Amino acid sequence: MASPVLQEHDALPAHQTTSSRVWWRTRTFQGAMYAAPAALFVLLFFVLPLLLVGQMSASEWPLLQGGQGINLPDNYAGIADDRLFWPAVGFTLKYTVIVVVVLLVLSMAMALLVQGRRRGIGLLRTAYFLPVSLGLASASLLFWGFYSPQIGPIDPVLQWLGLTDEPIRWIGTPNMALFSSIVLVVWKFAGFFMLILMVGLQSIPNEVYEAAKVDGASKVQSFFRITLPLLRPSIALCLIISVTGSLLAFDQFFILTNGGPDNSTTTVVMMIYREAFRRFDLGSAAALSVVVLLVLLLINIAQFRYLRRGADD
Amino acid sequence: MRRSTRTRATTAVTAAVLALVVSACGGDDGGDDTDTTGGDSSDGADEASLAEGVDDGSTITMWTRAATEAQSQRLVDAYNASHENQVELTVIPTDDYLPRVGTAAGAGELPDVLSLDVVFVPQFTTAGAYLDITDRIDALPFADDLAQSHIEVGTQDGAKYVVPHTMDLSVLFYNKDLYTQAGLDPEAPPTTMEEFAEHARAIDALGGDVSGTFFGGNCGGCYVFTWWPSIWASGAEVMNEDGTESFLAEPEAQAVYDIWKGLVDDDIVAAGTQDEAGPTWTGVFPEGNIGVMPMPSTTLGLMPDTFETGVAPIPGVGGGESTFVGGDAVGISSNSEIPDAAWNFIAWTLGDEAQVEVLAQNRDVVARTDLASNQYSDQDPRLVTINEVAGVGRTPYSMRFGETFNDPQGPWLPLVRNYVFGDGTTLDQDNEAVDASLQS
Repeated sequence: MASPVLQEHDALPAHQTTSSRVWWRTRTFQGAMYAAPAALFVLLFFVLPLLLVGQMSASEWPLLQGGQGINLPDNYAGIADDRLFWPAVGFTLKYTVIVVVVLLVLSMAMALLVQGRRRGIGLLRTAYFLPVSLGLASASLLFWGFYSPQIGPIDPVLQWLGLTDEPIRWIGTPNMALFSSIVLVVWKFAGFFMLILMVGLQSIPNEVYEAAKVDGASKVQSFFRITLPLLRPSIALCLIISVTGSLLAFDQFFILTNGGPDNSTTTVVMMIYREAFRRFDLGSAAALSVVVLLVLLLINIAQFRYLRRGADD
Repeated sequence: MRRSTRTRATTAVTAAVLALVVSACGGDDGGDDTDTTGGDSSDGADEASLAEGVDDGSTITMWTRAATEAQSQRLVDAYNASHENQVELTVIPTDDYLPRVGTAAGAGELPDVLSLDVVFVPQFTTAGAYLDITDRIDALPFADDLAQSHIEVGTQDGAKYVVPHTMDLSVLFYNKDLYTQAGLDPEAPPTTMEEFAEHARAIDALGGDVSGTFFGGNCGGCYVFTWWPSIWASGAEVMNEDGTESFLAEPEAQAVYDIWKGLVDDDIVAAGTQDEAGPTWTGVFPEGNIGVMPMPSTTLGLMPDTFETGVAPIPGVGGGESTFVGGDAVGISSNSEIPDAAWNFIAWTLGDEAQVEVLAQNRDVVARTDLASNQYSDQDPRLVTINEVAGVGRTPYSMRFGETFNDPQGPWLPLVRNYVFGDGTTLDQDNEAVDASLQS
């Protein structure tokens, strides 16, 4: 069956079809037309805002008054001097490492649990996936209610059961605030990563496992020698999404802990919000955004290279 | 050759798009300028029409934050029912309010009437978000009776930009039933901070679920609202006049912190105090287990009938009384194209009918000292107490107020928490961070 391009090409006037030069031009033009909507979308919603952010980051730009002229390199130079910056970077990295490891391990366990076809497995899959359908802000508000010493139901239940004597300070100390936030994020996203890994698991042909079984491989050997290597693309996808999402963490901390106690759960993106909407300084917020963008870019490049090299090996 | 032509064409298109974007941005600026200069069109009008504005059937847009929605909505409903002008009120969640208003101010898209938490007003007046309404305010027959603290904060280089809209004062709430049970006189609330601590300890000694007091221990705005009046009542200041230097490490401030710290150390405060970040801090007292605590006056109407609630001014160390005059101030935005109609609404909200029949009737604080005692407050002496203390209260001024004191990541919260829940050794260092923020 001929492609639409060729059909159109066939219909062109004779003097055009005989000229390869015109043929190339036509095809290029058609290609450009096909790509134009996407290119326009990217231009309007990514490239232009990015250019604007770049301009803002190089300017004095109060939120209330608009651009006041270039002030390079003030906005960038001030980042490292901010008393919140390095603690926020440290916390964001710490949170990312913990969340990514916990999420991937738990999601893998859940995926292995629900990959087969057994009675009631659909119910289990639905239960695991249900939190994904809730917005992160709503989930954060829900957990804030659970943890609240004033209105939360967890403490009264624990005390009624005799498990605790006093209310637990779920978000009252730095470690507990981190722990409580991780519980929320894992509850919210584990089902999503489970789904990705489950699809990956189901795409591995059964014949491979059967061949390994014939060769005498144990279940553990099959998991490490077959499942994990063949699941590499799915794991890579989960890794990239979870690392990027965790480095950009905002909603859960903004609502659940407000960056506290004592700034212990302030993330880098919360700093951007503070600069823009509490300090009304879009210039420094944009500079911080550019730095975060570049760091994310580098981390993603490194991840892709590492994962691709692993795949080639 | 063809490639270079194509490159040039691409460059030209990109440049054209960028030029369009830049000119579009520039267009907004121009619009702002026009709106601002053309805003106050009432020059030469006689004083009466200047004071009243115009009621010509205009549609007036207004924004307010959810925290003061009830009062704003009541005023708007009453105005719409009796005027040709109609106010369209948009209520924005309190936490989103500043980002929304700030973004709209930058884009020149503010509503006609802009209500704002009074502590943030200086930033917006300086940025030109409000119209100068000095002549309009001065033309009001009751201009001298308006609560001056809001107007003073909204005055820039002698020009007045806002008037009080909804008043929220910090006052002591005390549970008279618990006072009686503890052997205290329920008609004799504390008049010094020392007495306050004494009463809280006596009530805490009742035991069980009862606690002496409570406060928002992880909420910068709550500390400011409820503790600063004690510093003022003690005869001290919290900042210099320009709001650029902190006095929050001075001995008078420390004396206030010390009293609260003593209550924390002796576990006189209710569970959850240290972690209370603000959203539920006013919900604890109505449960009936707290003896005495400073609270917003706007919560008086929410008190249950299950116990008797007393109200008193917040005292200082050794005596005196004061309050934080908070709430929202309101003005005409510089983007308004109908400033006379907008002023008609604002002026009406300050008149006798709105102040007494809308605000006072609903136990809200009136914005005029001459109406402090009215037919509704006479039925409830607590309202008179609240209305009268407004006269000795303060509204602090600083261009960096929000980011320094309200913001959870601001330097004020660590200062006070380190002192009250820690050992207090970092007070001077923490105060330097407050100074740095005020001067940034």
